[in-house]
Amino acid sequence: MDTYSAFRAFADSWMLLAMTLFFVGVVVWVFRPGASKQYRDTANIVLRDDKPGHRGSSAAPHGIQPDIKKTETA
Amino acid sequence: MWEVLKIVVPGLIALLAAMAANWAHDLAYQVHALLIMVIAGVVCLYSIRTAGEPKIDVPSPTGYMDDVVRAGVIATTFWGVVGFLAGVFIALQLAFPGLNFDWGQPFTNFGRLRPLHTSAVIFAFGGNALIMSSFYIVQRTSGARLFGGNLGWFVFWGYQLFIVLAATGYLLGATQSKEYAEPEWYVDIWLTIVWVAFLVAFLGTIIKRKEKHIYVANWFLLSFIITVAMLHIVNNLSIPVSIFGSKSVQVFSGVQDAMTQWWYGHNAVGFFLTAGFLGMMYYFVPKQAERPVYSYKLSIIHFWALIFLYIWAGPHHLHYTALPDWASTLGMVFSIMLWMPSWGGMINGLMTLQGAWDKLRTDPIMRMLVISLAFYGMSTFEGPMMSIRAVNSLSHYTDWTIGHVHSGALGWNGMITFGALYFLTPRLWGRAGMYSNAAINWHFWLATIGIVLYAASMWVTGIMEGLMWREVDAQGFLVNSFADTVSAKFPMYVVRALGGLMYLSGALIMAWNLWMTIRGKAPAEVAAATPAE
Repeated sequence: MDTYSAFRAFADSWMLLAMTLFFVGVVVWVFRPGASKQYRDTANIVLRDDKPGHRGSSAAPHGIQPDIKKTETA
Repeated sequence: MWEVLKIVVPGLIALLAAMAANWAHDLAYQVHALLIMVIAGVVCLYSIRTAGEPKIDVPSPTGYMDDVVRAGVIATTFWGVVGFLAGVFIALQLAFPGLNFDWGQPFTNFGRLRPLHTSAVIFAFGGNALIMSSFYIVQRTSGARLFGGNLGWFVFWGYQLFIVLAATGYLLGATQSKEYAEPEWYVDIWLTIVWVAFLVAFLGTIIKRKEKHIYVANWFLLSFIITVAMLHIVNNLSIPVSIFGSKSVQVFSGVQDAMTQWWYGHNAVGFFLTAGFLGMMYYFVPKQAERPVYSYKLSIIHFWALIFLYIWAGPHHLHYTALPDWASTLGMVFSIMLWMPSWGGMINGLMTLQGAWDKLRTDPIMRMLVISLAFYGMSTFEGPMMSIRAVNSLSHYTDWTIGHVHSGALGWNGMITFGALYFLTPRLWGRAGMYSNAAINWHFWLATIGIVLYAASMWVTGIMEGLMWREVDAQGFLVNSFADTVSAKFPMYVVRALGGLMYLSGALIMAWNLWMTIRGKAPAEVAAATPAE
């Protein structure tokens, strides 16, 4: 088989399957149990202090940011 | 060692550039060689004069490297005005061909100014906006100073040099005739070096981040940097005819070359003008709304769906050509599927305002960001529709395409960049706010009405000329000559130029407003609108 046909056969079979599975895997991974809590913390990165240094939800000098969404729905 | 290198390397470059200028085969190459000779010479002299001086390290009050972002704000504004001005001028050239002045031939004719306009707005204005935002966002969301010390400055000045080389090259006739990839081989090599430095600075900052997770904006920005590097290298594979001339020959030929070009071309839209600017959106919209993005899960699915689909959409530029049908059908199908992640992202951005919709009335910067999302939604609906083969048979080669591009570029990219500039300027120069909120409102309305005039006139003229081209009489002969369509388009061309002029006026008001803010004039007293209870 010439190079073009070999690549072509690989692209529309195994590679297509691999990429589809990867994408489906990402979607499933996003909805894994416990994801919401972590994503809420990550989404709040933009609202944290404007100074560099150690931070994060655990042991952060600036403390945990108020969760706007939660306080709103409560 | 470093001190010596800083003197020797620019000195050698200046010497080699002088030799290249002497042996140059064409004018563009000679001018570029002289330009590089002067710049390298100045850098060499500066290094000699400052050699051995103790380094004074002034720590910035925020701890972040913000001076390069400040330079980016100025460069973005400057190139924006230049690019819009060039656009208004070539729009007028199309309406009034007499503006292709005899005394300026061949340097100022439409054919040479058109790539100057597209590169100035996409790469100079858009590129500087992306680089400055990347540097600002990655530092803030990583909680770390920009990696690589002065690497950020190398990226900034290296990119400006790329812009100047590209723009002067077009005017002097150096082009490889690939749309949005016109610069010749040595300019391409220089951009590759600058881009790798950009990647190192960006990735290095992410690696030393203090946050556990990489914020979604950085995913979009990183995919933009990596993909643009890949696209740029593959589409610019060419062999120079001589190392002392600007002319080069493409490695691919025929339909392979066309497909490579539009794989590049559409992903320049997809990753430069979409993924990169979405990175800006995912930072500036939550920041200005003072609340986290509506759905972080949706933003992750948005990211992966966008990058998995966009890369295949290029063949829709080549319907009814020598490209095999299966390839153009593939491009069409992926373009239509792209509608979903695009609107997912738009909804995610808009819904971030949930519970804070009043900001739309009270905050002109928020209004700027929201209208850009609205135009993003509109042009990502229009694009998939135009990629359908049957629609494309009417729209292709007509002004409809130009209208579509501008509703995306002026509406989405332009407006979100204006929002980012208004957001960044007071913060970077330590001011309480923008000098004039009224001026932001003027800018908003001038730009919005300008885009509406632009897009509407291009719809009318595009569909009209598409229908005129295909009109046949009872015997099956074509009714209209090409010149008939050109004269029929005149009124719409004048309206388009007017729309562009309004957009340019808005940008000039913004430049004045930014200038007054930077100079530190006290914000003019305005009766702040309060939300109705």
